Amino acid sequence: MEKSEEEHLTGQQASRITYTLESSLESVNKVEQTAEQMAKKAGIDEDEVFRVAMAVREAAVNAVLHGNSYDPDKRITASFENTGESLVIRIADQGKGLDPDTLPDPLAPENLLRGSGRGIFLIRSFMDEVHFKLLHPGTELTLIKHLGTSQTGT
Amino acid sequence: MSMKLTTRQVDGVTILDLSGRITLGEGSVQLRDAIRDLLSKGQKLILLNLADVNYIDSSGIGELVSAYTTVRNQGGELKLLNLTKKVHDLLQITKLYTVFDVKDDEATAIASYTRA
Repeated sequence: MEKSEEEHLTGQQASRITYTLESSLESVNKVEQTAEQMAKKAGIDEDEVFRVAMAVREAAVNAVLHGNSYDPDKRITASFENTGESLVIRIADQGKGLDPDTLPDPLAPENLLRGSGRGIFLIRSFMDEVHFKLLHPGTELTLIKHLGTSQTGT
Repeated sequence: MSMKLTTRQVDGVTILDLSGRITLGEGSVQLRDAIRDLLSKGQKLILLNLADVNYIDSSGIGELVSAYTTVRNQGGELKLLNLTKKVHDLLQITKLYTVFDVKDDEATAIASYTRA
């Protein structure tokens, strides 16, 4: 697996890790595992760890599958930061760009039985803040979980 | 990381005992192939035992929905058995809990199928 890694450790309160990874399921798993470890280290409860890891996995799946379409020439970038107040995870792809306003509502009765289209919904359900940024080309999702609160965005 | 799947027959119902993760590229494809295989053999009464499924992502949820609609469209019934809390919560959030027929006892589940 081709990958480059950078780590910036600036003390116990703030630490940031950035990965540039190929568009593969292995990358998705790596990003998910990194998010899980980061969330555990931040001391949040087990259910919240699960939610953060799952949201980040969904964002990575979107980047690899819908953004880069498994293109071997395209990369995803994932950065993980614990600011002391929040966990901030950014996942970027090099795809065509995602406009979140155009996504169908997966809870609408006519969409309930669709076989896909729940990823962004789950990300929004499980994180406290989700931001989309168009990169031209690509999309960057910023997922934020506030520390010191146990409620979810559901 | 992957999913394990075993099949058994009880009173005309095919029970799929799944364990592990139903996620993109891992369990999802296995589940889809298993359902297709059962339907091709005319086994249309299917119970998915999810007791040991500790993780499912949006792709896995989508696969459960696809399995449900595929089986139903062929005149069969697909039900879910023994959801873990995480899977239960995911189906609640996605409003699918009421779409699926969810059981928590195998004998009751087996008895609930409509036989031709």
